[in-house]
Amino acid sequence: MEVIRSQKRTPSNDTVSNPKIPLYLTAPQMEVRLEEFELFAVDRLRVLKGVSDGLARGRNPKEMDDLVDTLWKEHMRDPDASVMFNKDIISHFVLRLVYCRSDELKKWFLSMETALFRHRFRLQNFEAQRAIVGEFGLPYKAVTGAELEGLKERLGQVVRSLGQISPTVEAVYYKVPFEEVPDLVASRRVLIQKGYAFVAGSQLVSLVVTQFRSHISKALILTNRKWTTTIQEREKDRLTPIVEALSTSYLGPDYSQSTEYAEISLKDIDQVAKSSFPLCMRHLFEKVREDHHLKHGGRMQLGLFLKGVGLKLDDALAFWRAEFTKKVGSERFDKEYAYSIRHNYGKEGKRTDYTPYACQKIILSAPGAGDHHGCPYRHFSEDNLRAALGRMGLSSRGMEGVMDQVRNKHYQLACTMTFEAVYGTSCDAGINHPNQYFEESQKILKSKTPPAPV
Amino acid sequence: MFITSEFTTARNLFPYNDIHKWLSYGHDGKHPGCDEYYFGRREFSFTLENDVYLRYKSFKSASALEHAIKSCFPYKIDIGAVYSVDPDKRHAYSQTGTNVFTPVERELVFDIDITDYDDVRYCCSGADVCSKCWPLMTVAIKVIHTSLKEDFGFKHILWVFSGRRGVHCWVCDPKARRMTNEQRSAVAEYFRVYKGNENNARKVALMGYSLHPFLARSYVDFLKGFFEGELQANQSIFSTKDKYDKILEMISYEDIQSELREKWEKSANRSSLSEEAISLVRWEQLKNTLQSKKHKAPTLRMCVEEIVFTFTYPRIDLEVSKQMNHLLKAPFCVHPKTGRVCVPIDPNNCDEFDPLAVPTLSQLIEEINSGGSKMGVDDDDDDTDSSLLGKSIKFFRSSFLGPLLKSCKEEIENSYKTKIGKSKDSFSW
Repeated sequence: MEVIRSQKRTPSNDTVSNPKIPLYLTAPQMEVRLEEFELFAVDRLRVLKGVSDGLARGRNPKEMDDLVDTLWKEHMRDPDASVMFNKDIISHFVLRLVYCRSDELKKWFLSMETALFRHRFRLQNFEAQRAIVGEFGLPYKAVTGAELEGLKERLGQVVRSLGQISPTVEAVYYKVPFEEVPDLVASRRVLIQKGYAFVAGSQLVSLVVTQFRSHISKALILTNRKWTTTIQEREKDRLTPIVEALSTSYLGPDYSQSTEYAEISLKDIDQVAKSSFPLCMRHLFEKVREDHHLKHGGRMQLGLFLKGVGLKLDDALAFWRAEFTKKVGSERFDKEYAYSIRHNYGKEGKRTDYTPYACQKIILSAPGAGDHHGCPYRHFSEDNLRAALGRMGLSSRGMEGVMDQVRNKHYQLACTMTFEAVYGTSCDAGINHPNQYFEESQKILKSKTPPAPV
Repeated sequence: MFITSEFTTARNLFPYNDIHKWLSYGHDGKHPGCDEYYFGRREFSFTLENDVYLRYKSFKSASALEHAIKSCFPYKIDIGAVYSVDPDKRHAYSQTGTNVFTPVERELVFDIDITDYDDVRYCCSGADVCSKCWPLMTVAIKVIHTSLKEDFGFKHILWVFSGRRGVHCWVCDPKARRMTNEQRSAVAEYFRVYKGNENNARKVALMGYSLHPFLARSYVDFLKGFFEGELQANQSIFSTKDKYDKILEMISYEDIQSELREKWEKSANRSSLSEEAISLVRWEQLKNTLQSKKHKAPTLRMCVEEIVFTFTYPRIDLEVSKQMNHLLKAPFCVHPKTGRVCVPIDPNNCDEFDPLAVPTLSQLIEEINSGGSKMGVDDDDDDTDSSLLGKSIKFFRSSFLGPLLKSCKEEIENSYKTKIGKSKDSFSW
């Protein structure tokens, strides 16, 4: 891709018969104007940010399809189909430069581009989808004849297990090594036999998304290498400043450095937990006080949250030690637990300063026997959740709204409604991070002027 | 608890050559296609007596491994992944910043621990295990082993007693060793059914109109029979109010709960039947009630199955399986708290396995002292060893190691031939 100064665009050599969604397999051989370099990237970034937002709000797949459709039309559309196509490709490759430069950036970009691809794919018709599968050069054959007959009964069982009362076995199934469709395997949405998964035509999206993600992931590593060895230096007066500016926009705060609002000391912690912690952290906190112990998942979720609200390392060590030594004794605490607390604060091992978990990550966690982490709106039974919300001070009417959101699997909206009920204000931005809940709560509490002395 | 001198025996009896042969996967240097550095890139970790934990240890040969173990005196030895370079030398490489030190191969592993079943076993809790609850592990092995073979097509699977209260599984096919973290995670999730902790009552939620074929097969072939037979006999899960309340809470329909609760409260003192018989009667009553009422709500459709799964379906530790760099205890170690040897379990005969009959270190020492066997089980050709440990070693070699090495050597030979074939072509004009 050649970036040139402001000039009339030379006619594109791209042929017209392109599949609707490019696969970004190779960098395009075309010339790009400098302004377009930045503008195209910004437009695509708006789309990716919209996707990120949608996922954080727990939108279901159909809602995400619609969202992506809207976002794409709003930011990436052009009356000229080939211009639109070029913009798609150029913007992707520019953002690769921007987001290849750190592990955190890579992870975000990979997730969002994959999600974008997934929903754009789902919006295509079956023929277009098959064409894209072909583009990837995937060698999978359709299962036919006697082999398909032999599998029909169990394929029907799979369909029924997914909620369809009549087992309509589709006409086309692909026999694919199970490694190629990890998400279908994980959710038991395919029949697996002797190492092969039988993927329905309607499930093709899983197949291609895995390929897509794998390809982009590898490409980002190569791009990073090129960037650090040649491009960054060569372009330091032209593209590099644009690239660097692009990555600092559009990502929400990660709460790894606590703000002025959020510094708590050990003596206030019980009171602050009651007044300002979101339900997930309140539950964990109460459990620590009650059981004098937490399993690993809970220690991570609560520990990083406390770091984000401003609990200093020494205070954190004192807090965990005071509780754990009641159960395990101080020698075991020093041996087994102190290390990982310091690790969380970046004082051991790799010395990464770990960031507190956002709602999306917490919702996706899998608490098991003896665990208390995760998102209560998702992981608690209805009775336990109601009891917990009652303890937070919600009225039965307020609770209904929240439970309604929970039933529709909108866990973050449920938490937002809880916030609104507890503090009596609206929260338009929506909760997507426990530390955000804490900060907003502290803002409100501190702005309430104390009553004048009588 | 463990005495250094006893552990000296453990270190002398540890089958270094067998472990080395296993983890070399055929790369014994006797074939031009062998990678002679393969074994040396495997991470081991030692836990020493004062809880010092040494990671990233690697060895070039069986004797190097033996020497290190006999001089460091670890009481626990873990096996990690095969890395891109010698773990010992990783610092020399990470300077280049292109992430060269990374795991490249690792067995697909599973860890099942009976403490994760504490909410459904009434005979023991915590670290204890007995003949009444061990069958939970047996049925777990059957379910997982069948699936690994039939569904995933794996062939080289080793099951090992963890020494106290659980089992480990090592899947050693080349395909398994090369799986990415994402793929491992997918398999672990495929096996996952139980999603419980004290915060939710209905810990198994089977949605849809039928079970997935894997779950259906597990239910029909193993779980149903175990639940209605051995489990009921051992645990009498309906015999007291506390016990049956727990089950009733899994029925997401208040009316049915009350109906059964009333019935059982009334019959509580009047019955002259044994605990086990009462349990069975109540189970039949529960099934009948649910059968007649299941159309009332989608959550009742498979309530019976959900109850069976809650009590019997395997509960694996997901975190152990998901990451390539996760370390797992080596087979044939001695468990420091029980003194028992971590011996292999035959998945085709796992009903016969008794964790309380596994040889302990003291028994092995006594056997040696009374002249019943020799120190050092490393004699490769010794098939006459009928000592306590000898039987396990023999099983390890004949059922697992032999077939595995045969298949590995074939693979090495084939890929070598392919490589040679390719370069032959490149010389053709």
